[in-house]
Amino acid sequence: MTNEEIKEYITTLAPAATFDETGEWLNILVTAEELKPLMLALRNGKMQMNYLFCLTCVDFKTHLTMVYHLSATTHRQSIVIKANLNREQPVVETICDIWRTAEFLEREVFEMFGVHFSNHPDLRKLILEDDFKGYPLRKDFEDPINMIKL
Amino acid sequence: MYNQTEIIKDTSELGADGELVINMGPQHPATHGVLHLVVTLNGETIKKIEPHLGYIHRSIEKMCESLTYRQFIYVTSRMDYLSSHINNLGCALLVEKGMQIEVPDRAKYVRVILSELTRIASHELWLGAMAMDLGAFTPFFYAFREREMITDIMEDTCGARLTMNYIVPGGLMYDLHPDFQKKVKAFITQFKSKVTEYEDLVTNNVIFQSRTKGVGILSAEDAISYGCTGPVARASGVSCDIRKIYPYEVYDKVEFDEVLETAGDSFARYMVRVKEMNQSIRIIEQLIDNIPEGDFVGKTKNVLKLPKGEFYTRVETARGEFGVYVVSEGGTTPHRIKFRSPGFSNLSVLNHISVGSKIGDLMASMGTLDLVIPDIDR
Repeated sequence: MTNEEIKEYITTLAPAATFDETGEWLNILVTAEELKPLMLALRNGKMQMNYLFCLTCVDFKTHLTMVYHLSATTHRQSIVIKANLNREQPVVETICDIWRTAEFLEREVFEMFGVHFSNHPDLRKLILEDDFKGYPLRKDFEDPINMIKL
Repeated sequence: MYNQTEIIKDTSELGADGELVINMGPQHPATHGVLHLVVTLNGETIKKIEPHLGYIHRSIEKMCESLTYRQFIYVTSRMDYLSSHINNLGCALLVEKGMQIEVPDRAKYVRVILSELTRIASHELWLGAMAMDLGAFTPFFYAFREREMITDIMEDTCGARLTMNYIVPGGLMYDLHPDFQKKVKAFITQFKSKVTEYEDLVTNNVIFQSRTKGVGILSAEDAISYGCTGPVARASGVSCDIRKIYPYEVYDKVEFDEVLETAGDSFARYMVRVKEMNQSIRIIEQLIDNIPEGDFVGKTKNVLKLPKGEFYTRVETARGEFGVYVVSEGGTTPHRIKFRSPGFSNLSVLNHISVGSKIGDLMASMGTLDLVIPDIDR
């Protein structure tokens, strides 16, 4: 599918989606509410995106952005889905029932950025200790004991 | 004395009281690092495995945010320490892609040769350690005999045996050691004459086969859904070799086969890695005599600045797909960097492939996933 076809297809699924083609792949920005139905359609619909190869979050100081890199083992086309979340109460629906790999990746984002994934089966800290305070990968995180800034 | 059937019989009728929780690790000889698995057992049958990570977490992603594009590459050698050249290569490729730096042919050839040598060294170490976990101690010495030759080559060329930092944005840090070609050829001769010994010792060993065949079966659909890559996915028949799908450097100029198996069990994962070593030798043989003369590093600015935007590169390490995702604001340091490490995704499948099998089989399933803990924790 060309980028134009994908854009047309996505617009039918998520009317509020905006597109960005400046990078290597097509970037699709959707709202947090639209994300889950769109992901389900991308996995099971005609695009058959069965391979989630990267899931992460970026802190832009004013908001957090969830970034999902999707691809398919059949046609090998990659697209990037993004959703902006507010920094105070970031909540997004889990996608680990669609791609199983998301279960651990979401747990990592949960502890590092404080994003809450609703309906996640086991949302606990994965890497940090249980009583760790703060979200280390956020830009305003300061650790006076273990300084990692130069 | 209990007889064996009594010990391993399913005690599911006992309910929750029949459950036994065992902490495997953080210090356990078979995890080869500090991995903590909380294993819930019912008799000897595994009901659930919960990995607890973070014993070697160094927050490399956060650290990289305050390092420049020349500096952050050195940290990546400390993630998957068995594939450090390939990690460095992935990061160097990202900077080159973002800044459109031309890399001389000589550097491209050497990078591929070093990547393949790294892959062989990593698989050799895995082979020895995995056989040792299953109770065969001798293959460890056999595998390390050949691996030692590679580490010697690395020491000559890069000055380090394990955490090599030789690949820089634009090419290589310095030129090859004069003896490089001679030593690599000697290694190829040695490896080819000895590789049959692994077959005799391990592959055709009845005990090894009965401990790995049919153990830890992973289907192709699950392998994709769990994001498994590398030998783990290829043993389930998923074609996922980045060197073939998205060729980088000179991989499109060399002939090699993507090794695929269909069984998806521990033995298939073992076979993929052993056959991959032979393919790596094939790649090195095609390149070693044809390394072009010329510069080993391209022209770069002193201060590297990636343009504003997002960049992603992926390379095939010994464990699978290694991805680097960088969000740049246009400065000298990345705004956000994410390493998609193959071990992290491969670990997440451990619970799935082990549930319902016996605890003795866990060594085989976990061993063949080839987990490197610093790569998972980052």
